[in-house]
Amino acid sequence: MNAPALEARDLKVTFPPRRGRGPARAVDGVNLTVGAGEIVALIGESGCGKSTLARALVGLIRPTAGEVAYQGTTLGYSSKALKRFRRYTQLVLQDPGGALNPKQNVFDAVAEGPRLHALRSGLHERVHDALSRAGLRPPEQFVDRYPHELSGGQQQRVVIAGALALDPAVIVADEPVASLDASVRGEILRLILDLRESLGLSALVVSHDLGLAWNIADRVAVMYLGRIVEQGPVEDVLLRPKHPYTRALISVLPGTDVDPVLLRGEPPDPTAIPSGCRFHPRCQRFAALDASDERRATCTGRDLPVLTAIEPGVACHLVDQPIEESHASSDIR
Amino acid sequence: MSLLEVRDLSVTYGADVRAVRGVSFSLDAGQTLGVAGESGSGKSTVALSLLRLLPSSARTSGEVRLGDEDVLTMGWGRLRTVRWAEASIVFQGAMSALNPVRTIGEQIREPILLHEKVGIRAARERSAELLDSVGVPARRVGAYPHELSGGQRQRVMIAMALACRPDLIIADEPTTALDVIVQAQILSLLGDLVRESNISLIMISHDLSVLAETCDRLAVMYAGRIVEIGTSRQMIAEPRHPYTRALSGAFPTIGDPASRLAPSGLPGDPPDPRVIAAGCPFEPRCPEAFAECSTHPVELWPAGERRESACLKVLPEFAKASA
Amino acid sequence: MTLVAPARLGGVRRFFRMPTAIAGLSILVAFTLLALTAPLYIHPSDLDVTKATGGQLAPPGHGYPLGTDQPGRSVLLLLIWGTRTSLAIGVIATLLAMVLGSAIGLLAGHYQRWLGRGLMHVTDWFIALPSLPLAISLSAVLGQGARSITIAIAVTSWTSTARLVRAQTLAVEARPFIERVRALGAGNVQVMVRHVLPNVAPLILVSSTLTVASAILAETTLTFLGLGNPTEVSWGTMINQAYTGSAVTRGAWWYLLPPGIAIVIVVLGFTMTGRAVEHILNPRMMIR
Repeated sequence: MNAPALEARDLKVTFPPRRGRGPARAVDGVNLTVGAGEIVALIGESGCGKSTLARALVGLIRPTAGEVAYQGTTLGYSSKALKRFRRYTQLVLQDPGGALNPKQNVFDAVAEGPRLHALRSGLHERVHDALSRAGLRPPEQFVDRYPHELSGGQQQRVVIAGALALDPAVIVADEPVASLDASVRGEILRLILDLRESLGLSALVVSHDLGLAWNIADRVAVMYLGRIVEQGPVEDVLLRPKHPYTRALISVLPGTDVDPVLLRGEPPDPTAIPSGCRFHPRCQRFAALDASDERRATCTGRDLPVLTAIEPGVACHLVDQPIEESHASSDIR
Repeated sequence: MSLLEVRDLSVTYGADVRAVRGVSFSLDAGQTLGVAGESGSGKSTVALSLLRLLPSSARTSGEVRLGDEDVLTMGWGRLRTVRWAEASIVFQGAMSALNPVRTIGEQIREPILLHEKVGIRAARERSAELLDSVGVPARRVGAYPHELSGGQRQRVMIAMALACRPDLIIADEPTTALDVIVQAQILSLLGDLVRESNISLIMISHDLSVLAETCDRLAVMYAGRIVEIGTSRQMIAEPRHPYTRALSGAFPTIGDPASRLAPSGLPGDPPDPRVIAAGCPFEPRCPEAFAECSTHPVELWPAGERRESACLKVLPEFAKASA
Repeated sequence: MTLVAPARLGGVRRFFRMPTAIAGLSILVAFTLLALTAPLYIHPSDLDVTKATGGQLAPPGHGYPLGTDQPGRSVLLLLIWGTRTSLAIGVIATLLAMVLGSAIGLLAGHYQRWLGRGLMHVTDWFIALPSLPLAISLSAVLGQGARSITIAIAVTSWTSTARLVRAQTLAVEARPFIERVRALGAGNVQVMVRHVLPNVAPLILVSSTLTVASAILAETTLTFLGLGNPTEVSWGTMINQAYTGSAVTRGAWWYLLPPGIAIVIVVLGFTMTGRAVEHILNPRMMIR
């Protein structure tokens, strides 16, 4: 059986304390796997650590604990090992206008990767090929342009072409369509799906948008305060969510069957992670427990185990237990 | 008489950027209207022009009637009275719209002190009330913008917009930079306010589903014009313009098998406001375009009950046309 | 349909539409031509004190449009020849200061921890040192003459460039494309040279035009104070000799005024050009 394309094993990333605030446990124990030819969506809100996790998976951030592995091999952090890794895993960022050097034209932007890896022979073909595969056809029309002359969708295609020029096996995309117009969003997402079909590319797409997971992902992992709280095939997690956080996220989307839940409490802060289950201060199921219920102590005191990488799972003490959930509360921050 | 009536509004920036090309709509008291569109559609320009907040390089024509006066031609003094006391705006990007070196309490008090003849103490009480009504604890009245979360800042913006008890609130992309859950909270807040105080609301967004939830009526803009307008429920259920269809398909409904592993989008890009195309401006990207689309001029035609669409296909002679 | 592209040479076109730009550039071109063509019509004998032919400190008259100095040399020819020295010192000193300041600024902005902080401490130390006494001491140590003056000016001018470049480096490196390029596999040197430097270069250009202006003024000051080589001809030495030769009390305005006015005009030329370039580049630097 093929080794998975990209893995995070017990990954932890803690940022050192800054003035006044303590250390931030941005990623606090994550097992995540992207299989060959698979598209996995990592969904979470701001502050959950998904961007940090994405950057750790492409080697831009060194984990505080745990490891990143590709095709079964652990990633080393010597410059040679990293350079080899770059040919294998590439990153696509949110803001395509900012992701391109304004002083470089399209050719140079796409050729940057191959040049850095001393792939000079056939550079011209490589760049044109990458541009075509990213949907910018004919490539000759685009190579001399500068980023400010392109629309948002075209800029993002150039960024994707730059990643493709290195023939990666995995693409990690951090909010690839969040800053693009709604009508352009579909094209870029379709491109990612097409690349999976034509090149066998695997992808980890990080987003806050559950609809994106529905559009292109095979599996989805929901992240909250540095941990994955629920994961599994998209149909299961999005249509029959089990974790209260996932249920809350799904409930506010139009057309879903879950009763609306408006979460209470402060948005997550990685410098002050609650004890026990880290979601309990905002959890609608916890709030519905009686004051005398002994399950309260479990939720406030006992931490949950880190989910394994592939099997579907839910990190909740109260999962599958009958509780009347409290609904739309206007006491919200 | 309607609260707001916009007739044939056109805005041109500089010499050739025609951001808005003849927009007309009306709004009654207590009604909500959603304006949907993408970059270059002119929606934000329309919002700003309602209070004459456009830069001096912009040239406007047409009428914006608030009650029985035309905002575009009223005198400066009267305009200042209208601004905020009769209509106010919740701006996009709360972080930049709030002054970072003044507390939120001061910023909410400012319009109150400017428009109403009350003393500081009354203004302070009112700002505490306002913060409460938007769900921000009144004790945070001395906080600075950077000390609040994104959702709280947006609530402060809404509180500011309510400060002088306006009849109309214009919300420009009020939830765009916010997380899904906070977004739901803000929309719910806006909905409550509209119902309780009978305030009219114009909400602008690129997300059709957000607008459909909060607004009774919907206007979709493309290339500076309204291409479809009608009740939101009808428009989402049965769009009568290909662009509306494309926009509503862009953000899929979870559970809809049609969009599972099938993202839908439009080829090409939103049009350049400097170019005036003959025929329908949407034609280059339209999946349903046929021959006449590139030459026949388009305007809003009746397309059902209280519905209008600027697509040739609503005309009987083209109803069965295809590419 | 794609967005209409602003022409790449739009900046140059806009530059030539600004009156200050045209005026500034004309001044610079005129003086540069003057400096370069001087050897064609000025013989060494014109400048040689021993071979002077005019009357001593004579007012402007036929043959000597700007009069003569004490030994009898034509002030006009001295002025033109002095352009060479003053411009050369100004430009070379600025070049040295730019290279040193940019390198330090770039390194300090990129390697933010111990190297960066160390470099900024050194920079702060240099800023704290009073520049004139430092320049005087340096010249005294290195000997009189153009070379030591050039070095002295360079040593006291690099700090503002360093701080500017460091700030801009920090700003550029915060942008997403640097992260993208690192993800593509770029190392530190590649990031600094291929990506940060081209985006910082416009700022360095503006800064250098303004630095040349102050370098020329500095040269004048130092030579006026006597740190120059009296046998070399520059505007500063002319003013120095006019002063020591009591040209003021003797009313010989034709000896004192021309170099002073020339300095003012050239400094103005550089300043106007620099401001025009900054104006052109600024809106572009704000475009995403």
